[in-house]
Amino acid sequence: MASKILVVAEMHADAVRKSTHSAITFARQAGLPFAILVLGKGAKAAAAEVTGFGAQKVIVVDDAYLEHQVAERFAPSIAAVAKSGGFDVVVVTASSFGKDVGPRVAAKLEAGYAPDINGVKADGGKLVYRRPVFAGNAYASCELTSPVQVVSVRQSEFTAAEPSGGSSPVEDAALAAKDPAADRVEFVSLEAAKSERPDLGEARVIVSGGRALKEKFAEVLDPLAGLLGAAVGASRAACDAGYAPAELQVGQTGRVVAPQLYFAIGISGAIQHLAGMKGSKTIVAINKDPDAPIFQVADYGLVADLFNAVPELVTELKKATA
Amino acid sequence: MKILVPLKRVADPDNANKVKVNAGKLETTGLEWKPNPFDEYAVETALRLTENGTNPKARQGEVVVVTFGPKEAETTLRGALATGADRAIRIDVTDDQLDGDLVARALSALVEKEKPDLVLCGKQAVDGDSNQVGQLLAEYLGWPQATFAGSIKSEDDKSLVVGREVDGGTINLRVTLPAVVSVDLRIVAPKSVKSKHTPDTHNYPDGVRFAALMAIMAAKKKPLVEMKLADLTSDAALKIKYTGFELPPARKAGIKVKSVPELVEKLKSEAKVL
Repeated sequence: MASKILVVAEMHADAVRKSTHSAITFARQAGLPFAILVLGKGAKAAAAEVTGFGAQKVIVVDDAYLEHQVAERFAPSIAAVAKSGGFDVVVVTASSFGKDVGPRVAAKLEAGYAPDINGVKADGGKLVYRRPVFAGNAYASCELTSPVQVVSVRQSEFTAAEPSGGSSPVEDAALAAKDPAADRVEFVSLEAAKSERPDLGEARVIVSGGRALKEKFAEVLDPLAGLLGAAVGASRAACDAGYAPAELQVGQTGRVVAPQLYFAIGISGAIQHLAGMKGSKTIVAINKDPDAPIFQVADYGLVADLFNAVPELVTELKKATA
Repeated sequence: MKILVPLKRVADPDNANKVKVNAGKLETTGLEWKPNPFDEYAVETALRLTENGTNPKARQGEVVVVTFGPKEAETTLRGALATGADRAIRIDVTDDQLDGDLVARALSALVEKEKPDLVLCGKQAVDGDSNQVGQLLAEYLGWPQATFAGSIKSEDDKSLVVGREVDGGTINLRVTLPAVVSVDLRIVAPKSVKSKHTPDTHNYPDGVRFAALMAIMAAKKKPLVEMKLADLTSDAALKIKYTGFELPPARKAGIKVKSVPELVEKLKSEAKVL
């Protein structure tokens, strides 16, 4: 029987990352009381952002030791707060941070781990999770049988929570004893993607390109993305070929997205790509191959040479939105 | 360097859209067993770390592969042996007796016996898509981890510099061995793995290596031992219980538009997304 949820917030650039709001949505849907744990360097200041979401309290572990996202540094404090507060469900968003640290926390708590879930139902105090398997081609229902549970939630499927008013009390918690494993990991550097565009997980519109764009990936897509305020994504083939950086990859093993509007441009639609964008509200596909599998999931398909169609689309959109 | 690589066979991921659900049960009948692609990348990475790329036949270290599965799963192990792994272990068990946690606990016991310097695994198996065993294993062992590795540089036998593919770019970590590293797609690019044995100028072909017929024959003679799950852990309890499966909701059929202006018109007045 689950009774109390600990939502683990993720920090980025001295602020709570928006992806955290999906984990809050999970807590609300589970219908159980919850607290939010903000941990990181500068967590105290950042915590103010999440006091208005109806949490019983916001717990802060603010320490320079947690400046960089190193799982061995975060897991001990998350587990310690869960234990001392009697939380029996710990939830993270399934970002690269959540996926990295979630299982370590589960092992520390001897907890079962339900990864990357896309739904939760409260069944008389028991939580039943739904999660996509086989590249999203089937949904599994599952339960965790351990007294403590750890869950990671798919950001694209748990709509970001809005503040509900009120002001949760903020309390400090101490950094947990350091994990010996942490002494054997040294943070060397972060090569942050330099982009003016919105994050793939948060964008309302995504413009994704495939290998067909070749070296003109940015030249063709940037004007369209810029006009729409869109994030840019890519197929695995485009990333592997070096036309787009790896962090733009949308798919089963890259980012999973569900924007209002998704453009698949020169993307054939491999199963692995579809797994990452099938949840989008409206899908547009532009491809010169009329038999490309992408057309099977597209709401609007245009069979055309993208090098002509995309510039024309930019012109027409400018007219239509003028 | 001694490297342990856990392998899993999965129902053909390129035909994952053919999985069926019958009375709440998942069926993969008709789908061929294939090695989990990320595990193949882990084997390739292990081989690159233990050889001079200009002379890949001489192994400078040891690569041990392990799988959890029935007798037929040995095909996956033999495949890895044929590409260059030295020996193999099969834990005799079926998928329904396992979850990621039990696999990690059993692997941690195996690691205590085998004492590898490094466990290299795929970041996720593409059937369950869980992405958990490497991290669980690292925690159970008290070892450091570097997940989603897109590059690995082995400077000496004591540490690795790993470029992790994360949401906002790349995080570079230096992990002191022994450690667990889980690999991502880009790890098999021509220059992703730098070992101290291989000259910097060497370029690997993109992707994983294929075994020659001779190597496939020779692999049949390489050591493959069977173990029982009970040899590794007395606690075979599962922490996750799958209670049913369903197919995802189908998307409604879309339409083909004839021109860019028609597309814009539809997006504006029909989909109302502009």
